[in-house]
Amino acid sequence: MNQKGQGIDIMKRTHTLTALVENKPGVLNRVVSLFRRRGFNIDSLTVGRTHTPEISRMTIVMEGDDLEAQKVEKNLYKLVNVIHVEQLTEKQTVMRDLALIKVSVDGARRHEVTQLCDIFRAKIVDVSPDSLIVEITGTEDKIESFTEMLRPIGIVEMVRAGVIAMGRGGEVLTANGYQARLQSLASAGKNLKSVV
Amino acid sequence: MKLKGAEIIWECLLREGVNVVWGYPGGAILPAYDALTKYPQIHHVLVRHEQGATHMADGYARATGRVGVAVATSGPGATNLVTGIATAMMDSSPMVCITGQVPTASIGTDAFQETDVTGVTLPITKHNYLVTDVEELAYTIREAFHIARTGRPGPVLVDIPKDVQNAYCEFVYPEAEIVLPGYRPAKGASELELKRALSLIEASKRPLILAGHGIVMSGANRELQELAEKAHIPIALTLLGKGAIPEAHPLCLGMMGMHGEATCNHAIQDADLLIALGMRFDDRVTGNLATYARKSHKIHVDIDPSEINKNVEVDIGIVGDLRTVLAQLNPLVRRERHDEWFETIRSWQDDARVRDIVHQESDGKLLAAHVIHDLWRYTNGDAITVTDVGQHQMWEAQYYPHTRPHTLITSGGLGTMGFGFPAAVGAKMGRPEENVWAIVGDGGFQMTMVELATAVQEKVHVNIAIINNHYLGMVRQWQEFFYEERYNQTPMFSPDFIKLAEAYGVPSLRVERRDQIEGAVREAEAHRGGPFLVEFVVEKHDIVYPMVPAGADLHAMIRRPGPTVTPDMV
Repeated sequence: MNQKGQGIDIMKRTHTLTALVENKPGVLNRVVSLFRRRGFNIDSLTVGRTHTPEISRMTIVMEGDDLEAQKVEKNLYKLVNVIHVEQLTEKQTVMRDLALIKVSVDGARRHEVTQLCDIFRAKIVDVSPDSLIVEITGTEDKIESFTEMLRPIGIVEMVRAGVIAMGRGGEVLTANGYQARLQSLASAGKNLKSVV
Repeated sequence: MKLKGAEIIWECLLREGVNVVWGYPGGAILPAYDALTKYPQIHHVLVRHEQGATHMADGYARATGRVGVAVATSGPGATNLVTGIATAMMDSSPMVCITGQVPTASIGTDAFQETDVTGVTLPITKHNYLVTDVEELAYTIREAFHIARTGRPGPVLVDIPKDVQNAYCEFVYPEAEIVLPGYRPAKGASELELKRALSLIEASKRPLILAGHGIVMSGANRELQELAEKAHIPIALTLLGKGAIPEAHPLCLGMMGMHGEATCNHAIQDADLLIALGMRFDDRVTGNLATYARKSHKIHVDIDPSEINKNVEVDIGIVGDLRTVLAQLNPLVRRERHDEWFETIRSWQDDARVRDIVHQESDGKLLAAHVIHDLWRYTNGDAITVTDVGQHQMWEAQYYPHTRPHTLITSGGLGTMGFGFPAAVGAKMGRPEENVWAIVGDGGFQMTMVELATAVQEKVHVNIAIINNHYLGMVRQWQEFFYEERYNQTPMFSPDFIKLAEAYGVPSLRVERRDQIEGAVREAEAHRGGPFLVEFVVEKHDIVYPMVPAGADLHAMIRRPGPTVTPDMV
């Protein structure tokens, strides 16, 4: 019979996971090592500090079915330094990527680029006699269509920050229990800086 | 009180209830070894190779349920731990490894005997630590023990640079409860999960319990037996699940999988409900996943959420401690009879019985299966057996039925040759009142036989049974079946084990005929004050039956030719 669990979607699609992790040396390495050894295919992974300096936040974007996304989530939880993992649904999530694109332009086509920037709400952040750097923020789709428009003009360099995501509305992703951890360490007379 | 980091290590170990550690000194761990002289309450066992320390700590942990501790220096000392750590990781054995590290200022400079051991062991530890501040040492060690022994147990490594061992700080043992927000082991099942599991159990006509290591580790033996008896459900065991229920129990069918009882494998393929308890659907028990247990619904209980739906998709996954979950489930389970199902099972068992080599006369050659069977008989089936890896391991699993948990110690997941003998030393040190037999092959024993010196020095009475067939037998078996009998690199020269034993001052016997077995077992067991070695010179060309070729369907077993073979059984 081998029935699929109820409500499991076996279609491959994009999954966005966000993880709150302890901001300590080696934690990114643990996460990346986990993905590699379990053979999880990740499209993008971004990490940065949150408003609480002891906690970093990761955004992980992957292609796969629901079961594969669940496997990633469960395995992330096996890491002691991972505090909270949540799968974000596309509709209820604000997702942003940022790209810097250097375009080689002569005087004649410069106007074309500024027009495109107006349409896509991109910004020109550097100008030189034969090139421009354009900064664009938005969903991956938006950045990709912008890139396609610029391509015939002459892209010579490009860098992207990777997708970051946040759930819409009043619900807040919190590192449950983390304050208790800080208190427990404080009561032990230790500060947190390098209990790796 | 101000203490040195090196002293804090031992203070913490004492408070974790540690009274024995296995290790090997060296430059970067010397401060700790020097401080150890002040702690006579902790017995240090000097091994001959750091791998031996990990297997001994592992064997100790599996025999006692307590955390085993291994100590090594930086660099090569630490890298020698790797196989033992990976072995413990795969079989969820609680272990803490303490390693010395070069001073913090030298880390990253390729200093003498420097290895990034937290990096090396990252994928094979449950968690690991590099302690860079002596203030954090006590808390870290406490956390390490907590993580090693709770939830799904596993090895934790604490790497301590030499300057941290030499630094002083105020020692306050952190008594408060450990709070790890990213580490919350599961407890029990929800009401909804229990209800859904019950409805499947009640609707089932051909249920089967698959009992694994989790039963033994959580101490759920009684709960397992109660469930099986109340709902009249047969039990198949994984290799590490042996001992979860007395194997003579009428509901116990024996071991499943690649070399499992044919009955178990047929039952798995024919069942309409599998209740998997603390096992992880390893490829050695499932065979081809596409044809595995197609007729059944599945309930899976495990403490590790990532095991649910990992290999086999299940209808109901329950994450929790097995003893808790079964204690919740049992009172709700209805009394049932499944007599029709058991009749089918009996017919498979009858067929297996006539093929069983134990019921076949030997033609004068000494067969390994007969050795194990007789060992079982003359040890009253009550020894702790610790095996190595290979044919003898599978024969042990088939012909040494266990009645108590924690009495079969074997490397199941990693299949580590060289594990058996040192693990037996650790097991005996943890359970000195028990009769401990290391059952090893001639190949595996030669990987770690240096630890004979350790066993002699520590006067550990381990009985060593070398099943010597002059081959790497299991590899040879694969070559026979799957590589057209090209026996490449499997015939093996061995030293004269009797003379080897003599060199270590170990008494020994060589057994070449079946009628010599009883006397040898009696003499070994009567020995006191150190190891005893028995070499069993067995038939060279023997095969472990049944066998499910790797990746084949679970019911497609290669069977021992027997008097009642019919085509559909082969």
